[in-house]
Order: sequence, then C-alpha cells, then structure tokens
Amino acid sequence: MKGELLLKNIRLVDASGERGPADVLVGEGRILALDGGDAERTLDASGLILSPGFFDPHAHLREPGQEVKEDLQTGLTAAARGGYTDVVSMPNTTPPVDTPEAVAALIKKSRQIGQARLHPAAALTQGQEGQRLTEARLLKEAGAIMLTDDGKTNEDAGVLALGLSYAASWGLVVSVHAEDAGLRRGGVMNEGPLSYRLGLPGNPAAAEAARIARDLEIVRYVWGRQRPDAKRPTLLHVQHLSTARGLELIRQAKAEGLPVTTEVGPHHLTLTDERLESLDPVYKVAPPLRTQTDLEALIQGLLDGSIDCIGTDHAPHTRAEKEQDLIRAPFGIPNLEVAFPLLYTELYLKRGFPLATLVERFTDGPRRVLGFRPIRLEAGAEASLTLLDPRSERAVDPARFASKARFSPWAGWRLSGWPVMTLVEGRVAWLGMGA
Amino acid sequence: MTAELVALPKHLLDFQGWNRKHVEDLFETARLMQEVLSRPVKKVPALTGFTVATVFFENSTRTRLSFELAARRMSADVLSFSGATSSMAKGESYKDTLLTLDAMGIDAYVIRVDAAGVPHQAARWLGKPIINAGDGWRAHPTQALLDAFSLLERLGSLEGKKIAIVGDILHSRVARSNAELLPMLGAEVWLCGPATLLPGGLPKVTMTTDLREALQDADAVMALRLQKERMDKGLLPSEPEYIAGYQITRERLGWAKPGAPLLHPGPMNRDLELEGTLADAAQSLVERQVANGQAVRMAVLYHLLVGRKT
Amino acid sequence: MTFKAQIMSPDDVRRALTRIAHEIVEKNKGTEGLILVGIHTRGIPMAHRIAEMIKAFEGVEIPVGMLDITLYRDDLSEIGIQPKVRQTRIPYDIAGRSVVLVDDVIYTGRTARAALDALVDLGRPQRIYLAVMVDRGHRELPIRADFVGKNLPTSKGELVKVKIAETDGEDGVELWERQANPR
Repeated sequence: MKGELLLKNIRLVDASGERGPADVLVGEGRILALDGGDAERTLDASGLILSPGFFDPHAHLREPGQEVKEDLQTGLTAAARGGYTDVVSMPNTTPPVDTPEAVAALIKKSRQIGQARLHPAAALTQGQEGQRLTEARLLKEAGAIMLTDDGKTNEDAGVLALGLSYAASWGLVVSVHAEDAGLRRGGVMNEGPLSYRLGLPGNPAAAEAARIARDLEIVRYVWGRQRPDAKRPTLLHVQHLSTARGLELIRQAKAEGLPVTTEVGPHHLTLTDERLESLDPVYKVAPPLRTQTDLEALIQGLLDGSIDCIGTDHAPHTRAEKEQDLIRAPFGIPNLEVAFPLLYTELYLKRGFPLATLVERFTDGPRRVLGFRPIRLEAGAEASLTLLDPRSERAVDPARFASKARFSPWAGWRLSGWPVMTLVEGRVAWLGMGA
Repeated sequence: MTAELVALPKHLLDFQGWNRKHVEDLFETARLMQEVLSRPVKKVPALTGFTVATVFFENSTRTRLSFELAARRMSADVLSFSGATSSMAKGESYKDTLLTLDAMGIDAYVIRVDAAGVPHQAARWLGKPIINAGDGWRAHPTQALLDAFSLLERLGSLEGKKIAIVGDILHSRVARSNAELLPMLGAEVWLCGPATLLPGGLPKVTMTTDLREALQDADAVMALRLQKERMDKGLLPSEPEYIAGYQITRERLGWAKPGAPLLHPGPMNRDLELEGTLADAAQSLVERQVANGQAVRMAVLYHLLVGRKT
Repeated sequence: MTFKAQIMSPDDVRRALTRIAHEIVEKNKGTEGLILVGIHTRGIPMAHRIAEMIKAFEGVEIPVGMLDITLYRDDLSEIGIQPKVRQTRIPYDIAGRSVVLVDDVIYTGRTARAALDALVDLGRPQRIYLAVMVDRGHRELPIRADFVGKNLPTSKGELVKVKIAETDGEDGVELWERQANPR
C-alpha cells in the first residue's frame, strides 16, 4: 500500500515506552506501518522523536466575544505549533458557551481553520451563573466534551451535586476551578511570607484545599447514589491543581476509588511564588504560583499518576491588559506553544523525569480523562502525531508566538524538545522545519 | 578634593538593596537641607536643568505638594501628572502614559499608585530614577525615611529602641516600609493591630494583637490611619470595637516610656485611631514629620539625581 | 600624579596669611562689620587663622563662618559628579556687613561664582571680598581675588595643592603634574 508520508529513522515514544528507530508510514489518516514502505513524501527524521498527538484538556481560546485576546484561528494555530492535535476550549467567553448552537458553531468554524481539533467544553450552568443547569444531553450531541463553569468557582454545593449527577448520566465530564471564593478573596498571589512583605492580597493554599475537600465530599455523595451502570467513571475533573495539600486530598480520594481526575499546568511545575518578587503581572495566574514544596509535590504527583495529565490553562490576554498593575491585570498566561519543550527541558532533561511518562501525561492521560481511546504508535493507530526535536535548543521568544498573547513568564528560557510537525489524522497541521 | 556620596541604588522603590550606610548618608544630606530650609531664600540651584515628573495615579495632595515643593526648592522643573483626571481614566495603560511623559524629557519620576508594583514596572520600562511615593499596600519609602529621621531627631539613636506601630498593618504601606527601614537602623519594631488586620508574618519585626504588650516601655508610638472601608469589607466589626481595642489614648500612651514621641503618617482620623487632642500634645511629632518630609525628599532627589543624568 | 615643586614653605604660608590679614583690615578701613567665611574645605581653617591674626594685632574678634557651595555648583547635571553636601554655618546675619570669602585656590572662578550666589541667598552683604592662598590663572569667569597669597602661573595639566595644617598636617603649597589623560 502506498502511503502519503514516510518518516524515516524516527524514535518512538508513547505511554508504553521508547522504541525505534522505525520508518513510520502514514496514510489514510492512520499509521500504516512501522517498517517503511512507499510514500509520496519521505522525511529523514533521524534524531527526531515521534509521539502521539498532544491533547490539552484546558485552554481558553476566547471565542466568541474576546477575540482581542485570542480567537480560534490563532488559538488553534498556537496549539498545533505546540504539538497539540486536540484542544478543549473553556466556555467562559462572551457570552459563555452554554447552548448547543454555540458549541456547533465553534466546531464548524474550527474545522474550516483546520489546525488542531477543537473539543468545546460548555458551561455547567446557564450563563455560568451557578444556578440553572445547561442542556447536557443536547450539548453533548452538538459536540461538547465537558461541562464546566471554569472562570468562576462553583460556590453552591447543591448545584454542583446536581450538575455532576446529571452530566454523568449523559457521559460528560464535569471540571471545576477548585478555589473557595471566600478564602481566596481578592488574592493575586500565593499567600505567604512574600505576599505579606510585598503587601499584595494573598490567595491561601487553603482556598484550593478546602474547595477540593468539599468537592470530593460531593463526588462521594453523588457517586454513592449513582446507578452502577452509569456511562462513565469520571465524574469530576479538578482543574489546574496547584498545592501539595490539594494533591494529597485527591491522592486519598483516588486510593478510595472515587471517580476523580486532575491536571496540572506547566507553570505550576516550573515557577514558584518567588517570581512575584519582581512584581511583574506576567506571573499572575489563577490559581497562583505556589511554593517550591508545592512544585516538588506536583512533580511527584505527575510521576506517580495521582495527577492524570498536563492541562495548559492557556489563558491569553492582550499585552496592554497584562501591563496593568498586579491588582488589575487579569489572571493567566499563554502557554500552548511552550508547554512541551518547557517540561521536556525542565522535568526530563534537568530532573530525569521519565520521558515516556511525561509523554503519557500529554497524550493518553488527557484522552483517558475525557473518554478517548489512547493512541499507541503501531500500525492501524490514528495518525494524530507529534514530531519533536530533542536536539535543537532555542530561547522562548514571545514575539514569535502564533497566539495573540505575545508575552511569557518563560521568555528567554532556553529549551529543547520543540515540536517540529503536528499531524492531525495524517494531515500536516504544522510543519516547523525545513523539510 | 571633595568627598563623594555613597552610591545609592538607582531607584527608591522600597528598601531592598538599601543598607544602613545608604540611609545614614541620606540623612546627613537631609540635615543639611534643613539648614537650607531655614534660610531667607529657601532655594538652591542644585537641580537646575533637571525635570522631575510627579505621576500620581492615585490622588494624594499632601504627598504631591511635599515632593513638588522639595523639587522646586532644588530648582528642578516639575511636571505634574494626575492619573485620576487624565487619559488614564480613558483606559490608557501605565506604560503608555509613562512613555508619553518620558518623551517630554523627564529625568526622574515620583510615582504614587493604588496598586503594588507599578513603580517596579516603571523602573523596567523607563531607565530613569523612580521614587516610589506609595504603591498600594506595599511601600512608601519616603514616609518611612521621614519617620525615621524625625525619630532620630528626637531620640538621638534608634539602636535598641522599641517602636510600636499600631493599627491596620495589613493594608499599610507605611507600616511595611517602616518594618523594613527601622530594624535596619537598629530599632526593635512591634506591629500591633486587630488579628484581621495583621499580615501573617514579616521579617525582623514582632507582631502582636495585644496593645499593652506592644506599647509597654515603647520608646515611640506610631498610630496608622484606619480606612473606614475596612468595616465594609467585614474585616472589622465596627468603629467602637476598634476604638475599644486599639485606639491610642492618653492613658494607653502612658504604658510607653515617659515622653515617648507619638507619630502619625496622616491624614488623621481624630477620635478613631487617636484620642482627640493627642496629636496636638507636646510629645506629638506629627508636625515635625511634615516639616522633615521636605528636607528628606530634597535629600532623596539630590542623591538620586545629581551626577546621574541620562 | 607626580610631584613637581614645592612652591611655598610653611613659613611662606604663615607670612602670606599674615599679609592677607593686614590687607583685609587696611582695605576695610578697620574691622567694623567684617565677617570671614571660609569655603569648604581648606578655606575654613584659613579663615580661622586670619581671624586669629587680626585678633592678635587689632584685639578684635572677627566672626568666622563656613560655606558649602556644593548645591550651587554648575556641573551637577554632569554624569558621575556626585559631591557630598557639607555644612553651611554663618554665625551672624550678613546683611549690611563686609564678608570676606576665603578659599585655598582660585582657578576657573566657578567656585567663587557659586560662593557669591550662595552668599546672596543667605542675606545681602554690603560688600564681598575674596581672599585666596594661590591664584593660578585660567579664569573662565570675570572674577578676581581681592587678596592673594601668591600668584602662580600654571598650565592646565598641573595641579596646585594647598596644604593647611588643620586638614593636611602641615602648611605648604605644592605643584603637581596630572597624569596624562588615558584617551
């Protein structure tokens, strides 16, 4: 059989480990063979790594209504350049994505753009107002993959319990921004010695831990009254975990068998609150950058599987918005385009974090959370793939971002492991090398 | 050969990077500026040809006047920008505003803002000396300098002296800057206020909710302004509740050493943080603080500007 | 810097100060209204010496003040120039009096100019004189000294060091050569 693309002499890394080199033949949207064959186009991929396509369970692409920050075109392009074949977009847009029509419109437009694939998350409650549930069944039919009120916090425990129960009955994951609004107050950074000294409102680790503890009780309650034939096991996905204490709670819940998953952002794995010493709003994220102890715990959690996956929480804003003061500047940073090289360099190269595990957290981990089949690099697998260059080292240059948000807390960091090609079902969505 | 100044940090954003020698050198100049202020002509040509911009994104008439008069007494040109009444209100960013001013040939900036960190950002954007005239809850270094200067004038030395600062510590840039500066000069600083208005911990100072413990044998007492909005945010039950626990009264001041000076950064809520007439009492340093503010700010301008024109 | 010549010995300095003291009293037609104001650093001990000498031969105590001209320098906007401010203390109101400014060397005239500006901000004297130990020429302003210990023609590459016992351990005037500018 003649393929479309032959990747010669490439190392294979997926959740099952590292293999190769192999000659990977791609055609008809699938991997046809690992031992070569005829192809329309052949690429000498010596020294490169092939991984299943990355899947981001958490990105803010800002469309509709906030296109000044990002839109589907720039956001999905940024994703493809970051090696992502699939992205879940958060619904806290203007207006919030809370109707089947809005979901369908996003999917339609994303197909025309043809970069990374879009999987919209829809609001859990109408208008994300935390009161009336959205139409889970119709939203799922339209293509929604997750329900969440992210951007806000679910203050009413009763509504969350109803939402979890109802969404689960239609096989939808509910994800939560787990921070207690009352404890968090106006916090703009981690509460601790530095926030006291800098005179900045602090957001205590307790805001996350207390909310996770509450939500786990809700899961326990809902799961207990769930029928055993419920469609999917994952009820609750805790977004952007940032504290050691929150991790501990989730670890215990998982050990107990509660259907809970969680993710961690690249920033919480590489930056701490000490960065705020510079008083630069580029380090203002929600939840805030925490301490070194938290960072170490999160890396351990990522390693032992307590944390299921990497969620970028890509949260673009305009430069002008981010150049306000720390109180007024919005939370969030763009990171789709740096997530993998960042963790490849900082976790794998510098700390010896196992590469196959890291790749799993970018690929199968999120797919498992969202109910997709994992991708193994073998004949017959879906050819949604990412090629990585482990050799070339390059500094992060926000001016070259495809994202509209051209700033980064990692600007100037020298990283390797940059994605050089992203294939979505065999289609080249991004090609970043002179081939 | 004339002696040279001790090189100070380029900016006065807070006291990070400052040491005791820096402050003592600055105070030596400030004492000489007091002499200038006693002359028939209270003006010297030292900063002729320099332009100082006072950029107040947050209103503060007193601080602005003090800085502008200090600059004018040194013969600097003063450009006065008020964020509340200008393009800032139309959504122009700090950076755009500052870069626009910079195009007018400014040599140094005095910045006041309601949010922490803007002076630091300005320092990154502008490359000119930045003097922080108060940023959010974070720092108000010239206020702390004039407090320390006034205390030194009265007490001679701060070595081993117990200074109690009382009130809303959590939201006070004055308390934070004094908590950095006074220990540097050898003082033992006690910060005291309601539990809801104390931060979790600051280096080199002692924190307590017990007013008696804070005032006991204190060599000086500073009362902070209590913003009435703290009651609205639920951080304090009521004014009478605060008064009952933390108002500095004549009787409570008696816990401190006899004649211990009383300071207040102003503006004062009489009968809230201080008992009515206490600010006018002989031991009050409030007026000296204002007068010394001039000399200290002249010294700051001299040290940060002279010989550093870019 | 290299030493070139001893221009004045301790005795020469003493004689020059004595002569200046007499000239001041003579020119002022007595000691009435006289104030001596020394310019930092060496002008101050010089002023005190002159006052002592006048007291010795006139029996009158002449008030002595000190003046710092730092805040009046015209080069403070130049990069790298960061002089310490020093004390100014004039014991009497100078309004209506005859003030003798005392300095070690007059060169470009800029220090004297700054001193004149400073002095008039402190009050309005009847008359201002200038006394210096050495006039080395090269004036850049229309200023001259009224009382001069020694006229010493110099080149710009030279440096005149006036030493006064109170600040330098001994009296004397030396000529030094500046190191060639390493351009």
